[in-house]
Amino acid sequence: MVKLGFSIGDLQFKNPVITASGTFGYGSEFDDFLDISRLGGIVVKGTTLEPREGHPYPRMAETASGMLNAVGLQNKGIDYFEKNIYPRLSEYTTNVIVNINGSCIDDYVALTERINRLEKIPAIELNISCPNVKMGGMVFGTNPVSAREVTKAVRRVCLKKLIVKLSPNVTNIVDFARIAEEEGADSISLINTLLGMSVNVRSMKPSLSTITGGLSGPAIKPVALRMVWQVANTVKIPVIGMGGIMNADDAIEFILAGASAIQVGTASFIDPLASVKILEGIESYLVTKGFSDIREITGLINRSK
Amino acid sequence: MTKRIESLKVIDNKPLKKDFFIIELESSEKLPEMKPGQFVQARVDGSKETFLRRPLSLHDVDYTNNRFKILVQVVGKGTESLSRLKTKDSLNLIYPLGNSFSLPEKGARTLLVGGGCGIAPLLYLGRYLKSHSIIPDILLGFRNSDRVLECKDYEAVGNVFLTTEDGSAGEKGFVTNHSLLGKARYDKVYCCGPEMMMKAIAGWCKKNNTDCEVSLENLMGCGIGACLCCVVNTVKGNVCTCTDGPVFNTKELIW
Repeated sequence: MVKLGFSIGDLQFKNPVITASGTFGYGSEFDDFLDISRLGGIVVKGTTLEPREGHPYPRMAETASGMLNAVGLQNKGIDYFEKNIYPRLSEYTTNVIVNINGSCIDDYVALTERINRLEKIPAIELNISCPNVKMGGMVFGTNPVSAREVTKAVRRVCLKKLIVKLSPNVTNIVDFARIAEEEGADSISLINTLLGMSVNVRSMKPSLSTITGGLSGPAIKPVALRMVWQVANTVKIPVIGMGGIMNADDAIEFILAGASAIQVGTASFIDPLASVKILEGIESYLVTKGFSDIREITGLINRSK
Repeated sequence: MTKRIESLKVIDNKPLKKDFFIIELESSEKLPEMKPGQFVQARVDGSKETFLRRPLSLHDVDYTNNRFKILVQVVGKGTESLSRLKTKDSLNLIYPLGNSFSLPEKGARTLLVGGGCGIAPLLYLGRYLKSHSIIPDILLGFRNSDRVLECKDYEAVGNVFLTTEDGSAGEKGFVTNHSLLGKARYDKVYCCGPEMMMKAIAGWCKKNNTDCEVSLENLMGCGIGACLCCVVNTVKGNVCTCTDGPVFNTKELIW
């Protein structure tokens, strides 16, 4: 048996494969296809205090090896989540992480306090990197001062493990990783989507109602991998890598570059089974290579110098 | 209802007029229950430009042989790639997806309206209605006679009426101009086609106090309600076309 587990502080994950926020709904959308409890964890859809309608259609455009989205954090708000979604989520025997978003620091703090009460949620992913909202999201995550303020404020009240999800739309992502660590984050996840756009030449209009949106999919993998490598070489807390991971080899690249775990995002749209296939692929890779514990290869490329 | 991911065998890929074609697929297992109006998400292999699956509606289902058909029009690189599938190839699908057309009341006078590739789900719907002893009128609109698809199958389930924009087959004009709409009265209308056409039919139905269901063709990411990309604005707010639809009663839509 190969050991696949990793931990954030004293929070154990049975394996390093987690589904990314906004790409896996609340899990139930995938119940027909796989046993979600096999996964290391799931990060549920970005949640806000109040319900949000998101942006008008069209909010998606296919691009070469990827897609742009401008969903705009459509969700039914924390009250609905607590009453109608949480009870079912708490039946999964895997770590269910809630991705939180706000328009101001008070929103983030209030959401954190609400989630503190939910016994079966062991961690919060602080989203300071959504490119699709005018207020909050990436506005916090691309300014070092506000990134520090929001992380500090949430840390002060957060009783759960705190994962800070970084935006790639910055000049030097390492600065933001340092800030998150200094302010007490337990882990860092990266990258959120890259800001992009597309124009429909037939209609001669922007493809998205918001003109710009977040690019995901294999098109962004090399950028994501570079940033994960930079951050993993900077901070001591565990790094969760994501960005265009479609298969086990992609996932292993992130792990070799220093990620303790990975998130599977857009891949689940094309193959709802992508996350479990990646998990099985990582396991058989380790067996084939003769390793007995995934930690033997975490950041391996950084050790050989 | 259980959705599945499966690679199905291509039994036939029959080119129709212009850029239309019908793919017949066979499952190695017993087919799940598939309802008229439901769709499949087809994976398009072999090109970096066709990253996402393509939603395609069920055209006809043959439970006896575990086969079903999808009628497709080439509109871009994804459908172009599907048009090149050959017998014995396989096609990976997630199916069956979405809600379905509702059954009208017994004895309801029923009209199906389809435009272009939007006629695809109406055959299976017609067959379903016929099995419930409802023989619908079926009004099909095409751009010109070059694009009029074979209507034989439709004639077996209802009374077919045609329009073409240039008058080269059937009555001249759009489906909304057809003389049928001036004469007949209906209790229920089902419609699928270009958005302009569906809106016009919905308007006609509203004026005539007729219940109307439409099948939307919004761009989709996942097809299973996870990405929230295919939303349509309804009286209940933004909802996913893939899970709350693709069939909507026009009373629910904010158009």
